[in-house]
Amino acid sequence: MRNIGVIIILFALWLLMSGIYTPMLIGLGLAASLFSLYIVRRMDAVDGARFSLQMSPIRYSGYIVWFMGEVVRANWAVTKIVLSPKMPIKQHLFLVPVTQKTELGKMLFANSITLTPGTITVRVKDDRFLVHALSFSQDDHAATADMDARVTACETEGGK
Amino acid sequence: MTVIETIVEILSWFFMVSGSIFVLIGAIGTLRFPDFWSRLHAVSITESAGMILLIIGMCLQAGPTLITVKLLLIGIFLFLTGPTSTHAVADAALVTGLRPPESEGLKAEKLDEDDNG
Repeated sequence: MRNIGVIIILFALWLLMSGIYTPMLIGLGLAASLFSLYIVRRMDAVDGARFSLQMSPIRYSGYIVWFMGEVVRANWAVTKIVLSPKMPIKQHLFLVPVTQKTELGKMLFANSITLTPGTITVRVKDDRFLVHALSFSQDDHAATADMDARVTACETEGGK
Repeated sequence: MTVIETIVEILSWFFMVSGSIFVLIGAIGTLRFPDFWSRLHAVSITESAGMILLIIGMCLQAGPTLITVKLLLIGIFLFLTGPTSTHAVADAALVTGLRPPESEGLKAEKLDEDDNG
């Protein structure tokens, strides 16, 4: 059942990407999907690592909307620093506590921090992130804690 | 050319030009900033604002076609790979012992022994 799902997704992606629907290209797409499935199955036999999506799609969509607003604000802030003659840089390396339970949640939080200009996730240490900020202010702790809470709210129950 | 086409054209060019400006700002920041760690932040402007605005502009140019779907997929993949590569570069710098300079009055979090790689 899972194999059929993988085939359908891969083949749909091929059809979407190609845009040319001649029998030969569709045949090639089918062959490529089958070969990918074979590779995936072989890799599964080696490490068996897989994870399920433990995210609520509705709350995640809400998060994306809020996050886009944050990206715009952060871009504007860093743009002002770049263009101001004095360049008010205040670099700081600090730790951010992480409350996500799932790997996916942690990945989303770390990527969100890096995607907002001005902050970069440098390293993951157990339940904390090492974050580098371009212009650090005391508000940054509250801002990252707020983002952390929002990402955690997207997670669904059953996370390990 | 109808009115709607004109509006879409104007919007598309507005997004593409502003995206280009943000790419330019990222480049200026990369040149102006003093060290490796601050330059990483300048590049992230190109990668977020520049990329998003350029893709929106190109989607409006393409209209409701397969090209728009592909552009959106490119955007999603860049959203996943961009932070990953930034993180890889930053972590590699930390492992090789390049510490970010701390501004006055701030102290870096204490790093563990194993952080020195």
